[in-house]
Amino acid sequence: MIFLLLVNIFIFALLIGYYAVQNVTQALHSPLMSVSNAISGVVIIGALWMAAVADTFNVQELVSLLAVFFAGLNIFGGFAVSERMLKLFKKKDKD
Amino acid sequence: MMPFESIFLIYLVSAICFILGLRGLSSPQTARRGNFLSMSGMALCLITTLIVAPGRNDVGILSALILAAVIGIYTAWRIKLTALPQMIALLNGAGGLSSLLVGTAQILRHQAHTFDTSVGIITGAVVFSGSLIAFLKIGGWYRLKRSNFSNILNILIAAALIFYWVRFSIDDSVTTACLMIASALILGITLTLPIGGADMPIVISLLNAASGFAAAGIGFSLTNILLIITGALVGAGGMILAFVMCKAMNKNIFKIFFASQTPAQSVADNSRQARTASISDVAFLLQNAQKVIIVPGFGMAAANAQYALFNLSSVLQKKYGVEVKFAIHPVAGRMPGHMNVLLIEAKVDYQQVFSMEEINPDFETADVAYVIGANDITNPAAQTDPSSSLFGMPILEVYKAKTVVFVKRSLAAGYSGADNPLFFTQNTLMLYGDAKQITEEIIADLGTK
Repeated sequence: MIFLLLVNIFIFALLIGYYAVQNVTQALHSPLMSVSNAISGVVIIGALWMAAVADTFNVQELVSLLAVFFAGLNIFGGFAVSERMLKLFKKKDKD
Repeated sequence: MMPFESIFLIYLVSAICFILGLRGLSSPQTARRGNFLSMSGMALCLITTLIVAPGRNDVGILSALILAAVIGIYTAWRIKLTALPQMIALLNGAGGLSSLLVGTAQILRHQAHTFDTSVGIITGAVVFSGSLIAFLKIGGWYRLKRSNFSNILNILIAAALIFYWVRFSIDDSVTTACLMIASALILGITLTLPIGGADMPIVISLLNAASGFAAAGIGFSLTNILLIITGALVGAGGMILAFVMCKAMNKNIFKIFFASQTPAQSVADNSRQARTASISDVAFLLQNAQKVIIVPGFGMAAANAQYALFNLSSVLQKKYGVEVKFAIHPVAGRMPGHMNVLLIEAKVDYQQVFSMEEINPDFETADVAYVIGANDITNPAAQTDPSSSLFGMPILEVYKAKTVVFVKRSLAAGYSGADNPLFFTQNTLMLYGDAKQITEEIIADLGTK
Protein backbone atom coordinates (compact mmCIF):
# COMPACT_ATOMS: atom_id res chain seq x y z
CA MET A 1 0.00 0.00 0.00
CA ILE A 2 2.73 2.46 0.98
CA PHE A 3 4.67 1.51 -2.14
CA LEU A 4 1.68 2.39 -4.33
CA LEU A 5 1.32 5.71 -2.57
CA LEU A 6 4.98 6.46 -3.26
CA VAL A 7 4.52 5.52 -6.90
CA ASN A 8 1.63 7.98 -7.06
CA ILE A 9 3.77 10.73 -5.60
CA PHE A 10 6.54 9.90 -8.05
CA ILE A 11 4.25 10.13 -11.07
CA PHE A 12 2.68 13.40 -9.97
CA ALA A 13 6.13 14.84 -9.38
CA LEU A 14 7.15 13.77 -12.87
CA LEU A 15 4.18 15.65 -14.29
CA ILE A 16 4.89 18.73 -12.19
CA GLY A 17 8.49 18.65 -13.32
CA TYR A 18 7.38 18.39 -16.92
CA TYR A 19 5.12 21.44 -16.67
CA ALA A 20 7.62 23.45 -14.65
CA VAL A 21 10.44 23.05 -17.12
CA GLN A 22 8.53 22.74 -20.37
CA ASN A 23 8.94 26.32 -21.57
CA VAL A 24 12.51 27.04 -20.64
CA THR A 25 14.29 29.27 -23.14
CA GLN A 26 17.36 28.00 -24.91
CA ALA A 27 19.56 30.65 -23.32
CA LEU A 28 18.88 29.08 -19.92
CA HIS A 29 19.41 25.43 -20.86
CA SER A 30 22.83 25.32 -19.18
CA PRO A 31 21.78 26.98 -15.91
CA LEU A 32 18.66 24.79 -15.78
CA MET A 33 20.81 21.73 -16.15
CA SER A 34 23.29 22.78 -13.49
CA VAL A 35 20.56 23.75 -11.01
CA SER A 36 18.67 20.50 -11.50
CA ASN A 37 22.00 18.74 -11.21
CA ALA A 38 22.59 20.42 -7.86
CA ILE A 39 19.07 19.55 -6.73
CA SER A 40 19.60 15.89 -7.52
CA GLY A 41 22.22 16.00 -4.77
CA VAL A 42 19.24 15.87 -2.41
CA VAL A 43 20.15 12.21 -2.07
CA ILE A 44 22.42 13.63 0.64
CA ILE A 45 19.41 13.41 2.93
CA GLY A 46 19.50 9.65 2.52
CA ALA A 47 23.24 9.68 3.04
CA LEU A 48 22.88 11.70 6.27
CA TRP A 49 20.32 9.29 7.68
CA MET A 50 22.52 6.32 6.82
CA ALA A 51 25.60 8.00 8.31
CA ALA A 52 23.71 8.86 11.47
CA VAL A 53 22.54 5.33 12.14
CA ALA A 54 25.83 3.63 11.27
CA ASP A 55 28.09 2.40 14.05
CA THR A 56 31.31 4.33 14.31
CA PHE A 57 34.43 3.00 12.63
CA ASN A 58 32.92 0.42 10.34
CA VAL A 59 32.40 0.05 6.60
CA GLN A 60 28.85 1.41 6.66
CA GLU A 61 30.02 4.59 8.26
CA LEU A 62 32.77 5.04 5.73
CA VAL A 63 30.42 4.36 2.81
CA SER A 64 27.78 6.77 4.15
CA LEU A 65 30.30 9.51 4.81
CA LEU A 66 31.65 9.13 1.29
CA ALA A 67 28.06 9.43 0.06
CA VAL A 68 27.64 12.63 2.08
CA PHE A 69 30.83 14.00 0.58
CA PHE A 70 29.97 13.26 -3.06
CA ALA A 71 26.38 14.46 -2.78
CA GLY A 72 27.72 17.59 -1.06
CA LEU A 73 30.12 18.14 -3.94
CA ASN A 74 27.18 17.84 -6.32
CA ILE A 75 25.10 20.33 -4.33
CA PHE A 76 27.69 23.00 -3.57
CA GLY A 77 29.44 22.79 -6.92
CA GLY A 78 26.17 22.76 -8.85
CA PHE A 79 24.62 25.74 -7.08
CA ALA A 80 27.83 27.76 -7.19
CA VAL A 81 28.35 27.27 -10.90
CA SER A 82 24.67 28.08 -11.56
CA GLU A 83 24.93 31.24 -9.53
CA ARG A 84 28.00 32.21 -11.49
CA MET A 85 26.19 31.74 -14.81
CA LEU A 86 22.99 33.45 -13.71
CA LYS A 87 24.92 36.47 -12.48
CA LEU A 88 25.98 37.04 -16.08
CA PHE A 89 22.34 37.31 -17.12
CA LYS A 90 21.59 39.64 -14.25
CA LYS A 91 24.33 42.11 -15.10
CA LYS A 92 22.95 42.68 -18.55
CA ASP A 93 19.54 43.48 -17.13
CA LYS A 94 20.81 46.52 -15.27
CA ASP A 95 22.45 48.11 -18.30
CA MET B 1 13.44 15.16 18.85
CA MET B 2 11.02 16.50 16.31
CA PRO B 3 7.96 14.40 15.61
CA PHE B 4 7.87 12.56 12.32
CA GLU B 5 5.02 14.72 10.99
CA SER B 6 6.97 17.97 11.22
CA ILE B 7 9.99 16.51 9.43
CA PHE B 8 7.63 15.33 6.74
CA LEU B 9 6.15 18.82 6.38
CA ILE B 10 9.54 20.50 6.25
CA TYR B 11 10.60 18.10 3.51
CA LEU B 12 7.44 19.03 1.64
CA VAL B 13 8.34 22.72 1.89
CA SER B 14 11.77 21.91 0.45
CA ALA B 15 10.18 20.02 -2.41
CA ILE B 16 7.95 23.02 -3.17
CA CYS B 17 11.00 25.29 -3.15
CA PHE B 18 12.61 23.03 -5.75
CA ILE B 19 9.50 23.05 -7.96
CA LEU B 20 9.16 26.84 -7.86
CA GLY B 21 12.91 27.19 -8.27
CA LEU B 22 12.97 25.14 -11.45
CA ARG B 23 9.94 27.03 -12.69
CA GLY B 24 11.82 30.29 -12.13
CA LEU B 25 14.62 29.09 -14.37
CA SER B 26 12.34 29.34 -17.39
CA SER B 27 13.03 33.02 -17.96
CA PRO B 28 16.09 35.24 -17.46
CA GLN B 29 14.16 37.68 -15.25
CA THR B 30 13.25 35.09 -12.62
CA ALA B 31 16.17 32.72 -13.03
CA ARG B 32 18.32 34.00 -10.22
CA ARG B 33 15.41 33.99 -7.81
CA GLY B 34 14.79 30.40 -8.92
CA ASN B 35 18.32 29.41 -8.05
CA PHE B 36 18.02 31.15 -4.70
CA LEU B 37 14.76 29.34 -3.93
CA SER B 38 16.32 25.99 -4.81
CA MET B 39 19.28 26.75 -2.57
CA SER B 40 16.97 27.68 0.29
CA GLY B 41 15.03 24.46 -0.17
CA MET B 42 18.27 22.50 -0.03
CA ALA B 43 19.52 24.37 3.04
CA LEU B 44 16.20 23.78 4.79
CA CYS B 45 16.14 20.02 4.34
CA LEU B 46 19.86 19.69 4.96
CA ILE B 47 19.81 21.58 8.26
CA THR B 48 16.63 19.86 9.41
CA THR B 49 18.14 16.46 8.77
CA LEU B 50 21.39 17.40 10.50
CA ILE B 51 19.43 18.45 13.56
CA VAL B 52 16.99 15.58 13.81
CA ALA B 53 19.09 12.62 12.66
CA PRO B 54 20.39 10.71 15.66
CA GLY B 55 23.85 12.23 15.90
CA ARG B 56 26.40 9.54 16.41
CA ASN B 57 28.75 10.69 13.67
CA ASP B 58 28.45 14.45 13.78
CA VAL B 59 32.15 15.14 13.42
CA GLY B 60 32.50 12.88 10.42
CA ILE B 61 29.38 14.25 8.75
CA LEU B 62 30.33 17.87 9.26
CA SER B 63 33.87 17.34 8.00
CA ALA B 64 32.57 15.57 4.88
CA LEU B 65 30.15 18.45 4.26
CA ILE B 66 32.70 21.19 4.78
CA LEU B 67 35.26 19.46 2.58
CA ALA B 68 32.64 19.04 -0.16
CA ALA B 69 31.60 22.70 0.13
CA VAL B 70 35.17 23.98 -0.09
CA ILE B 71 36.14 21.82 -3.06
CA GLY B 72 32.80 22.28 -4.86
CA ILE B 73 32.55 26.04 -4.52
CA TYR B 74 36.23 26.65 -5.20
CA THR B 75 36.11 24.60 -8.42
CA ALA B 76 32.86 26.21 -9.52
CA TRP B 77 34.29 29.70 -9.22
CA ARG B 78 37.66 28.92 -10.73
CA ILE B 79 36.73 26.78 -13.71
CA LYS B 80 36.65 28.31 -17.19
CA LEU B 81 33.14 28.29 -18.59
CA THR B 82 34.43 26.63 -21.77
CA ALA B 83 34.94 23.59 -19.54
CA LEU B 84 31.39 23.78 -18.18
CA PRO B 85 30.25 20.52 -19.86
CA GLN B 86 33.09 18.63 -18.20
CA MET B 87 32.26 20.11 -14.83
CA ILE B 88 28.58 19.23 -15.17
CA ALA B 89 29.51 15.70 -16.21
CA LEU B 90 31.69 15.29 -13.12
CA LEU B 91 29.05 16.73 -10.77
CA ASN B 92 26.51 14.37 -12.28
CA GLY B 93 28.88 11.51 -11.68
CA ALA B 94 29.26 12.59 -8.05
CA GLY B 95 25.46 12.55 -7.65
CA GLY B 96 25.23 9.09 -9.18
CA LEU B 97 28.06 7.80 -7.00
CA SER B 98 26.32 9.15 -3.93
CA SER B 99 23.10 7.26 -4.75
CA LEU B 100 25.19 4.15 -5.33
CA LEU B 101 26.89 4.55 -1.95
CA VAL B 102 23.69 5.23 0.00
CA GLY B 103 22.19 2.09 -1.51
CA THR B 104 25.32 0.14 -0.65
CA ALA B 105 25.15 1.32 2.95
CA GLN B 106 21.61 0.03 3.13
CA ILE B 107 22.59 -3.32 1.71
CA LEU B 108 25.38 -3.59 4.27
CA ARG B 109 22.81 -3.09 7.01
CA HIS B 110 20.65 -5.78 5.44
CA GLN B 111 17.69 -3.52 5.82
CA ALA B 112 17.25 -2.81 2.15
CA HIS B 113 14.07 -3.52 0.26
CA THR B 114 16.18 -5.37 -2.23
CA PHE B 115 14.12 -4.51 -5.28
CA ASP B 116 13.78 -0.73 -4.98
CA THR B 117 17.21 -0.25 -3.45
CA SER B 118 18.59 -1.99 -6.52
CA VAL B 119 16.89 0.52 -8.82
CA GLY B 120 18.68 3.38 -7.09
CA ILE B 121 21.99 1.53 -6.98
CA ILE B 122 21.92 0.40 -10.61
CA THR B 123 20.91 3.82 -11.94
CA GLY B 124 23.48 5.52 -9.73
CA ALA B 125 26.24 3.19 -10.90
CA VAL B 126 25.38 3.66 -14.58
CA VAL B 127 25.28 7.44 -14.12
CA PHE B 128 28.59 7.41 -12.27
CA SER B 129 30.64 5.45 -14.78
CA GLY B 130 28.77 6.94 -17.75
CA SER B 131 29.48 10.47 -16.54
CA LEU B 132 33.16 9.75 -16.09
CA ILE B 133 33.38 8.50 -19.68
CA ALA B 134 31.38 11.52 -20.88
CA PHE B 135 33.83 13.73 -19.01
CA LEU B 136 36.79 12.09 -20.73
CA LYS B 137 35.12 12.28 -24.14
CA ILE B 138 34.15 15.94 -23.89
CA GLY B 139 37.73 16.74 -22.97
CA GLY B 140 38.67 14.95 -26.19
CA TRP B 141 40.77 12.36 -24.39
CA TYR B 142 38.92 9.40 -25.66
CA ARG B 143 37.57 8.48 -29.01
CA LEU B 144 36.16 5.18 -30.17
CA LYS B 145 34.24 4.38 -33.30
CA ARG B 146 30.87 2.78 -32.95
CA SER B 147 30.60 -0.81 -34.12
CA ASN B 148 28.07 -3.59 -34.03
CA PHE B 149 30.32 -5.22 -31.51
CA SER B 150 29.44 -2.59 -28.93
CA ASN B 151 25.72 -3.29 -29.40
CA ILE B 152 26.23 -6.98 -28.67
CA LEU B 153 28.43 -6.14 -25.70
CA ASN B 154 25.78 -3.78 -24.30
CA ILE B 155 23.10 -6.43 -24.58
CA LEU B 156 25.27 -9.07 -22.90
CA ILE B 157 26.14 -6.80 -20.01
CA ALA B 158 22.56 -5.66 -19.63
CA ALA B 159 21.51 -9.32 -19.51
CA ALA B 160 24.09 -10.02 -16.78
CA LEU B 161 22.87 -6.99 -14.88
CA ILE B 162 19.25 -8.15 -14.98
CA PHE B 163 20.29 -11.63 -13.92
CA TYR B 164 22.13 -10.36 -10.83
CA TRP B 165 19.35 -7.93 -10.05
CA VAL B 166 16.75 -10.69 -9.98
CA ARG B 167 19.08 -12.96 -8.03
CA PHE B 168 19.82 -10.23 -5.49
CA SER B 169 16.10 -9.59 -5.04
CA ILE B 170 15.80 -13.23 -4.04
CA ASP B 171 18.98 -14.02 -2.06
CA ASP B 172 19.86 -10.58 -0.55
CA SER B 173 23.55 -11.50 -0.45
CA VAL B 174 26.36 -8.97 -0.46
CA THR B 175 28.33 -10.92 -3.08
CA THR B 176 25.45 -10.84 -5.54
CA ALA B 177 25.05 -7.14 -4.85
CA CYS B 178 28.71 -6.57 -5.70
CA LEU B 179 28.33 -8.43 -8.99
CA MET B 180 25.20 -6.40 -9.74
CA ILE B 181 27.02 -3.12 -9.04
CA ALA B 182 29.99 -4.22 -11.14
CA SER B 183 27.76 -5.03 -14.12
CA ALA B 184 26.00 -1.67 -13.78
CA LEU B 185 29.32 0.17 -13.71
CA ILE B 186 30.51 -1.67 -16.80
CA LEU B 187 27.21 -1.00 -18.57
CA GLY B 188 27.61 2.73 -17.95
CA ILE B 189 31.01 2.57 -19.61
CA THR B 190 30.04 0.48 -22.62
CA LEU B 191 26.89 2.54 -23.25
CA THR B 192 28.71 5.87 -23.24
CA LEU B 193 32.00 4.89 -24.84
CA PRO B 194 30.85 4.66 -28.48
CA ILE B 195 28.87 7.91 -28.44
CA GLY B 196 30.37 10.74 -30.46
CA GLY B 197 31.16 14.26 -29.37
CA ALA B 198 28.28 15.96 -31.17
CA ASP B 199 25.77 13.72 -29.38
CA MET B 200 27.09 14.86 -26.02
CA PRO B 201 24.29 17.41 -25.38
CA ILE B 202 21.81 14.53 -25.48
CA VAL B 203 23.97 12.24 -23.37
CA ILE B 204 24.56 14.87 -20.70
CA SER B 205 20.84 15.59 -20.51
CA LEU B 206 20.08 11.88 -20.17
CA LEU B 207 22.71 11.39 -17.48
CA ASN B 208 21.26 14.37 -15.66
CA ALA B 209 17.79 12.81 -15.83
CA ALA B 210 19.16 9.46 -14.69
CA SER B 211 20.88 10.98 -11.66
CA GLY B 212 17.45 12.25 -10.66
CA PHE B 213 15.90 8.83 -11.11
CA ALA B 214 18.69 7.30 -9.03
CA ALA B 215 17.86 9.67 -6.17
CA ALA B 216 14.18 8.79 -6.56
CA GLY B 217 15.07 5.09 -6.41
CA ILE B 218 16.88 5.65 -3.12
CA GLY B 219 13.82 7.63 -1.99
CA PHE B 220 11.67 4.55 -2.56
CA SER B 221 13.93 2.31 -0.54
CA LEU B 222 14.18 4.81 2.33
CA THR B 223 10.50 5.76 2.05
CA ASN B 224 11.51 9.39 1.78
CA ILE B 225 9.10 11.55 -0.22
CA LEU B 226 11.55 14.42 -0.60
CA LEU B 227 13.95 12.20 -2.52
CA ILE B 228 11.13 10.78 -4.62
CA ILE B 229 9.64 14.16 -5.57
CA THR B 230 12.98 15.81 -6.22
CA GLY B 231 14.33 12.87 -8.15
CA ALA B 232 11.23 12.86 -10.35
CA LEU B 233 11.54 16.63 -10.95
CA VAL B 234 15.16 16.35 -12.03
CA GLY B 235 14.35 13.30 -14.11
CA ALA B 236 11.53 15.07 -15.93
CA GLY B 237 13.67 18.16 -16.53
CA GLY B 238 16.55 16.13 -17.92
CA MET B 239 14.23 14.15 -20.17
CA ILE B 240 12.71 17.34 -21.57
CA LEU B 241 16.15 18.68 -22.41
CA ALA B 242 17.11 15.36 -23.96
CA PHE B 243 14.00 15.43 -26.16
CA VAL B 244 14.64 19.02 -27.21
CA MET B 245 18.19 18.03 -28.18
CA CYS B 246 17.00 14.94 -30.04
CA LYS B 247 14.47 16.95 -31.99
CA ALA B 248 17.15 19.46 -32.89
CA MET B 249 19.28 16.65 -34.29
CA ASN B 250 16.42 14.66 -35.78
CA LYS B 251 17.45 11.60 -33.81
CA ASN B 252 15.66 9.34 -31.44
CA ILE B 253 17.07 8.55 -28.05
CA PHE B 254 17.21 4.84 -28.67
CA LYS B 255 19.36 5.29 -31.76
CA ILE B 256 22.03 7.25 -29.91
CA PHE B 257 22.86 4.22 -27.83
CA PHE B 258 22.15 1.32 -30.10
CA ALA B 259 21.97 1.92 -33.82
CA SER B 260 25.28 1.39 -35.51
CA GLN B 261 26.02 4.47 -37.46
CA THR B 262 27.36 4.06 -40.94
CA PRO B 263 29.39 7.12 -41.77
CA ALA B 264 28.06 8.96 -44.77
CA GLN B 265 30.08 8.29 -47.86
CA SER B 266 31.33 11.61 -48.93
CA VAL B 267 31.46 11.66 -52.68
CA ALA B 268 34.91 12.88 -53.47
CA ASP B 269 34.26 15.40 -56.17
CA ASN B 270 37.49 17.20 -56.78
CA SER B 271 36.09 19.30 -59.59
CA ARG B 272 34.38 21.52 -57.07
CA GLN B 273 36.38 24.41 -55.77
CA ALA B 274 35.67 26.29 -52.60
CA ARG B 275 36.40 30.01 -52.82
CA THR B 276 38.97 31.20 -50.36
CA ALA B 277 38.90 34.76 -49.14
CA SER B 278 41.52 36.97 -47.55
CA ILE B 279 41.16 38.68 -44.20
CA SER B 280 40.71 42.09 -45.82
CA ASP B 281 38.05 40.76 -48.24
CA VAL B 282 35.98 39.62 -45.29
CA ALA B 283 36.65 42.80 -43.31
CA PHE B 284 35.47 44.81 -46.31
CA LEU B 285 32.32 42.73 -46.64
CA LEU B 286 31.51 43.02 -42.94
CA GLN B 287 31.98 46.76 -42.65
CA ASN B 288 29.78 47.45 -45.67
CA ALA B 289 27.00 45.14 -44.55
CA GLN B 290 23.69 46.30 -43.12
CA LYS B 291 23.12 43.16 -41.14
CA VAL B 292 25.53 40.45 -40.02
CA ILE B 293 24.55 37.23 -38.31
CA ILE B 294 27.25 35.39 -36.41
CA VAL B 295 26.79 31.62 -36.12
CA PRO B 296 29.09 30.04 -33.51
CA GLY B 297 29.62 26.30 -33.05
CA PHE B 298 31.76 24.09 -30.87
CA GLY B 299 34.85 25.37 -32.72
CA MET B 300 34.29 28.75 -31.10
CA ALA B 301 34.49 27.24 -27.62
CA ALA B 302 37.44 25.07 -28.59
CA ALA B 303 39.38 28.12 -29.82
CA ASN B 304 38.11 30.34 -26.99
CA ALA B 305 36.99 32.85 -29.64
CA GLN B 306 33.95 34.28 -27.84
CA TYR B 307 35.76 37.40 -26.60
CA ALA B 308 37.09 38.12 -30.09
CA LEU B 309 33.56 37.72 -31.43
CA PHE B 310 32.24 40.22 -28.93
CA ASN B 311 34.93 42.70 -29.99
CA LEU B 312 34.10 42.10 -33.64
CA SER B 313 30.42 42.71 -33.01
CA SER B 314 31.04 45.91 -31.07
CA VAL B 315 33.46 47.31 -33.67
CA LEU B 316 30.92 46.59 -36.40
CA GLN B 317 28.08 48.14 -34.45
CA LYS B 318 29.83 51.17 -33.08
CA LYS B 319 32.19 52.08 -35.87
CA TYR B 320 30.22 51.02 -38.93
CA GLY B 321 26.62 50.95 -37.69
CA VAL B 322 26.13 47.33 -38.72
CA GLU B 323 23.30 45.38 -37.11
CA VAL B 324 24.86 42.27 -35.53
CA LYS B 325 22.97 39.24 -34.29
CA PHE B 326 24.09 35.89 -32.93
CA ALA B 327 22.35 32.68 -33.98
CA ILE B 328 22.62 29.55 -31.87
CA HIS B 329 21.51 26.09 -32.87
CA PRO B 330 20.06 24.09 -29.95
CA VAL B 331 22.80 21.48 -30.14
CA ALA B 332 25.75 23.76 -30.85
CA GLY B 333 28.52 22.86 -28.43
CA ARG B 334 28.79 19.98 -26.00
CA MET B 335 25.92 20.69 -23.62
CA PRO B 336 22.53 22.40 -23.95
CA GLY B 337 22.83 26.19 -23.95
CA HIS B 338 26.62 26.18 -23.68
CA MET B 339 27.17 28.72 -26.49
CA ASN B 340 24.72 31.17 -24.91
CA VAL B 341 26.57 31.11 -21.62
CA LEU B 342 29.96 31.59 -23.28
CA LEU B 343 28.76 34.56 -25.34
CA ILE B 344 27.13 36.20 -22.37
CA GLU B 345 30.27 35.70 -20.31
CA ALA B 346 32.14 37.51 -23.11
CA LYS B 347 29.78 40.46 -22.50
CA VAL B 348 27.51 39.89 -25.50
CA ASP B 349 24.03 41.20 -24.66
CA TYR B 350 21.72 38.20 -24.36
CA GLN B 351 19.01 40.09 -26.20
CA GLN B 352 21.30 39.99 -29.21
CA VAL B 353 21.49 36.20 -29.11
CA PHE B 354 18.75 34.28 -30.88
CA SER B 355 17.60 30.70 -31.07
CA MET B 356 17.10 28.84 -34.32
CA GLU B 357 13.35 29.47 -34.64
CA GLU B 358 13.77 33.16 -33.90
CA ILE B 359 16.61 33.82 -36.30
CA ASN B 360 15.87 31.66 -39.34
CA PRO B 361 13.51 34.19 -41.01
CA ASP B 362 16.29 36.78 -40.59
CA PHE B 363 18.87 35.15 -42.83
CA GLU B 364 17.12 36.23 -46.01
CA THR B 365 17.75 39.88 -45.19
CA ALA B 366 21.26 39.34 -43.83
CA ASP B 367 24.21 40.49 -45.88
CA VAL B 368 26.78 38.28 -44.22
CA ALA B 369 26.45 35.09 -42.20
CA TYR B 370 29.71 34.65 -40.29
CA VAL B 371 29.89 30.95 -39.43
CA ILE B 372 32.62 30.21 -36.94
CA GLY B 373 33.54 26.70 -35.88
CA ALA B 374 30.23 25.21 -37.01
CA ASN B 375 29.39 22.99 -39.94
CA ASP B 376 26.65 20.35 -39.77
CA ILE B 377 24.13 22.71 -38.20
CA THR B 378 24.26 24.88 -41.33
CA ASN B 379 24.31 22.09 -43.91
CA PRO B 380 21.52 22.68 -46.46
CA ALA B 381 21.68 19.01 -47.47
CA ALA B 382 19.62 18.44 -44.31
CA GLN B 383 16.73 20.10 -46.13
CA THR B 384 17.36 19.15 -49.74
CA ASP B 385 19.22 15.86 -50.01
CA PRO B 386 17.34 12.76 -48.78
CA SER B 387 20.50 10.68 -49.18
CA SER B 388 22.43 12.79 -46.67
CA SER B 389 22.88 11.38 -43.19
CA LEU B 390 21.72 14.74 -41.86
CA PHE B 391 18.47 14.79 -43.83
CA GLY B 392 15.58 15.98 -41.69
CA MET B 393 17.69 17.75 -39.08
CA PRO B 394 16.58 21.34 -38.53
CA ILE B 395 19.35 23.75 -39.52
CA LEU B 396 20.24 27.41 -39.35
CA GLU B 397 19.42 28.61 -42.85
CA VAL B 398 22.64 30.54 -43.40
CA TYR B 399 22.56 29.74 -47.13
CA LYS B 400 19.84 32.37 -47.50
CA ALA B 401 22.23 35.15 -46.57
CA LYS B 402 23.78 37.17 -49.37
CA THR B 403 27.27 35.97 -48.46
CA VAL B 404 28.30 33.17 -46.15
CA VAL B 405 31.74 33.28 -44.55
CA PHE B 406 32.99 30.05 -43.04
CA VAL B 407 35.85 30.29 -40.56
CA LYS B 408 37.15 26.74 -40.36
CA ARG B 409 40.34 24.87 -39.85
CA SER B 410 39.92 22.88 -43.05
CA LEU B 411 37.44 21.83 -45.69
CA ALA B 412 36.87 18.54 -43.87
CA ALA B 413 33.38 17.23 -43.27
CA GLY B 414 31.71 17.93 -39.94
CA TYR B 415 31.25 15.44 -37.15
CA SER B 416 28.44 13.69 -39.01
CA GLY B 417 30.80 12.94 -41.87
CA ALA B 418 28.34 14.51 -44.28
CA ASP B 419 29.61 16.72 -47.06
CA ASN B 420 28.52 20.34 -46.82
CA PRO B 421 27.53 21.52 -50.32
CA LEU B 422 27.38 25.06 -49.02
CA PHE B 423 31.20 25.25 -49.12
CA PHE B 424 31.13 25.12 -52.89
CA THR B 425 28.41 27.59 -53.78
CA GLN B 426 29.04 30.94 -55.38
CA ASN B 427 28.13 33.05 -52.39
CA THR B 428 30.33 31.21 -49.90
CA LEU B 429 33.79 32.36 -48.85
CA MET B 430 36.14 30.19 -46.83
CA LEU B 431 38.66 31.46 -44.30
CA TYR B 432 40.98 28.76 -43.06
CA GLY B 433 42.58 28.97 -39.67
CA ASP B 434 42.06 29.24 -35.95
CA ALA B 435 38.69 30.82 -35.11
CA LYS B 436 40.08 33.23 -32.55
CA GLN B 437 43.13 34.29 -34.53
CA ILE B 438 41.16 34.92 -37.73
CA THR B 439 38.55 36.98 -35.92
CA GLU B 440 41.24 39.06 -34.24
CA GLU B 441 42.93 39.66 -37.58
CA ILE B 442 39.64 40.86 -39.03
CA ILE B 443 39.20 43.23 -36.09
CA ALA B 444 42.72 44.56 -36.61
CA ASP B 445 41.96 45.12 -40.28
CA LEU B 446 38.72 46.91 -39.46
CA GLY B 447 40.46 49.04 -36.88
CA THR B 448 43.15 50.36 -39.19
CA LYS B 449 40.81 51.76 -41.80
